[in-house]
Formats: sequence, C-alpha cells, structure tokens
Amino acid sequence: MKIPRSFNRSLWVFHLNTGSCNGCEIEIVATITPRYDPERFGMRLVGSPKHADVLLVTGPVTKKMAPRARRVYEQMANPKVVMCIGTCGQSGGVFYDSYNLDGPIDQVLPVDVYVPGCPPRPEAIIYGVVKALEKLERLEAEQ
Amino acid sequence: MTPDIPFIIIGAVLVALFGIVIGLFLMGFDRIVAARMQARIGPPITQPFTDIRKLFAKENVVPENAIPWMFNLAPVLALASAIVILLYLPIGGFTPILSEGGDLILVMYLLTVPALALVAGGFASGSPYATVGAQREMVTMIAYEFPLAIVIIAIAWKLAAAGIALPFTLASIQANPIWGLVGPLGTIGLLILLVVLLIVTPAELSRIPFDTPEAETELAGGILVEYSGKNLALFSLTQGVKTVAMASLVVALFFPYSLAAFIGLAGISGAVIDILFFIALITLVAFVSVSVVRVSMARFRINQVVSVYWVYLAIAGLTGLLLVMADQIIGVI
Repeated sequence: MKIPRSFNRSLWVFHLNTGSCNGCEIEIVATITPRYDPERFGMRLVGSPKHADVLLVTGPVTKKMAPRARRVYEQMANPKVVMCIGTCGQSGGVFYDSYNLDGPIDQVLPVDVYVPGCPPRPEAIIYGVVKALEKLERLEAEQ
Repeated sequence: MTPDIPFIIIGAVLVALFGIVIGLFLMGFDRIVAARMQARIGPPITQPFTDIRKLFAKENVVPENAIPWMFNLAPVLALASAIVILLYLPIGGFTPILSEGGDLILVMYLLTVPALALVAGGFASGSPYATVGAQREMVTMIAYEFPLAIVIIAIAWKLAAAGIALPFTLASIQANPIWGLVGPLGTIGLLILLVVLLIVTPAELSRIPFDTPEAETELAGGILVEYSGKNLALFSLTQGVKTVAMASLVVALFFPYSLAAFIGLAGISGAVIDILFFIALITLVAFVSVSVVRVSMARFRINQVVSVYWVYLAIAGLTGLLLVMADQIIGVI
C-alpha cells in the first residue's frame, strides 16, 4: 500500500492495553500533556481504531486479550503502524513465562517499533515515534 | 432579475471552494489558538489540510453490519447540504447566489440537514456506540432548535415592526443592520439574543461543551466511530463548512456591515477588502463561540444539554425578545 506524504505529519494514535499494569498508560498520558505537546507534529489520540494510523500496544498480551488485540489491529485502516510500549510487550517483563500469556506482542501482531522501559519515559516514547516516522520514510523511499 | 444557470453553477463551485478552504482554515486556527491558551505550541495552521489529505489516501472500511449505501451516502449528503446553506447566506456583502429562492426559515431548516445526515450515517454504521451517538445528536438537535428559532424570529419581528417588507429575507437584513433600529432597551435585548446565538453555535457544530454525540472519552467518537478514510474526511470537511455557515449566519444577522462601503472603496479592491473583512468577522465569531468556550469548559451530560437550552437559554432568549418588543412599544409612544 502506498504511503501518502501527509501521513508523517498527521499520525492519529490509538492506545490498546493488553494487560499492562497502567505504568505505561500513565507515561503515554504524560506524553500528550502540554509539556511535550506532540500535537505540534499533528499527533493526536483518537478513540476509535477505525480513525487511527498508529496502534500503541502496552502490556504482555494475556490469553484473553490476544484475539481482541488482533481484532483491533484488523479494524484499523491501511496503512498502519504498530508500536510496542514497555518491556512487557517485548519479553513479558515481570510477567515473563507466566501461565496466562499469549505474548509477547510480536507473537500476536506485526510490531514496527519497540520502546523499552518499565515504564518508558515520555522522551523515549517520542523517540520511538520518530523511529516510526524514519521507518515510514524509508519504506516511502523504497517504493 | 433571475441569474442564469451558468452563473449559478460557477458561483456554487466558488462558494463551495471558499467554504471548504475557509472551514479548514478555521479548524486550524481553532486548534492553534486552543493550544496557545493551554500554553502549548500547537499544530501548524495547515494541519487540517494535512489531515484531510491523509484521510483521503487511507483505506475506506465499511463495517460488516453497516448498511453500505446509507453508510457511504451520509457523508456526501452532509457535505453537500452544508455547502447549500452557504449558497443562501450573504458572504462578504455579496448577494447570496440563491437569494431569490430562500430566506432565514429555509436556512434554519437546512442547518438541520447535515446533522440529520450524520444521524443517518450513525444509525447505518451498525455500531452500538454510533447508535447512542446518533440518538444524542437527535436530542441535541431538538434542544438547540428552540433558542435558535427565538433569535431568528426576534430579529425578523423587529424588522417587520420597523416597517421593512419581507423581514425574513437575508437581503433586507443585510440592507438594515439591526442595531440601528433599536433604542437602549432593545440594544440590551439584542445583546442577550447575540449571546444566545453564540451559545447555540457550539451545539450546532457539536463542539465542547455540547459534543455529547461524539464524546471521544465515553463513546469513542460516537457517530463517527465506524467511519474511516474518505468518508471521515468528508465529515471533517462538513464540520469545517458548517463552522463557516454558522459563523456567517451570526455575522449576517448581527453584523451585516461592509468595510468597503464605510471607507468608500468600490470595484475589485472593495470586494477583496469586503471578503477579507468578512473572513476576519467569522474568525472572530468562531474564536469566541468555539475556541474560548471549548478550552474553558468540560462536556455537559445529555440531560444537562437539554436543560441548558430549553430552560436557561429559552428564558434568556424570550427575555431578549420581550426587551426588543418593549423597546418597540416605548419607541412608538
């Protein structure tokens, strides 16, 4: 799918919690406060996956959440990017090898950018978004 | 004089372009001003244009339980009807393109059509969130209609009482600025009516504090929850055009002034100055009734919306109407 040039400057973000401890959520909310103001790059949190361009996934993906995460991902309109926020999504973190996990996230969804940290600081999340933009630009150049 | 068909078509295209561009500009202006009020830097003023370009490039998803023809028709209908309102409103001192065929009553009814299209789209998308949003939109529509009607009737009544023929047509409102016709008591009444109309505006545009139908935090976007890509872009364009239409209505009713006539310019330069003056006026109206209000308030519950409009604003509007009437009677004596 062709990525439009305006995509970079207007990323709408949908946040999905797949069993996170709420630490990453608080940091995501901190990222959209006036102090960091990601709206100046056109970024915005939206309430519906249908409107979103970026899926922020937090948490280690519990067995119950795995089908829901897939469903949310499938509902998003193409082109789309998946970002994994926090250590849980990468390895399971403190929930590593737990009996009720289907994760980490890359076992469930195709992840584009990982942001490590428990929880990651807002700066780290913004850096992750920049990485996502770089990846998009690279894909654009390859087209 | 009946304008010929090519003139109407060219004029309609120009007005549609004007509405869309100025509407998106107003949305960008609103976002940047709101950001500055919250001590943020805010997006560039071209942000809505970027958003629309992106949305048009994105995939258009039609949900499985939606009624596809209605789901796809609703955004087109909403945008088209929003543009039709603009054709009846005077823009920058020009006579409206369809001035022969309609008056304020028609504009009042046309204002409900984009909202009705939104409701149809919400019900057609087959999502419980959208259904709840559509029901709330209908309730909001019923709520704000009454104060809006009071304002329009008060102005038309005043014009009729002042002995002006055809008080409901926008041409006669344009020709006789309402402030010149009233005494001190009537001025107070008109100020109250202006405030009422400014409070009706955010509900018409479903902005905070009256954005209960969309309610991002509880209904996840409400009516628009299932819309994506091209259809969502058409709805955002509708939002912009509706902002222009509503602000133009406020300007047409209360500030039908022309700067060019005041400083004695005519011809092309006068027309340009008038358009710029008009854009400045609608930006001011949008700033007061959308940006300032939405930054300083939280969202009303749907039952609070109804009581705000039916009780408080209706009483305020009737008081304004009575003051205008009392002013007329005192003036006659």
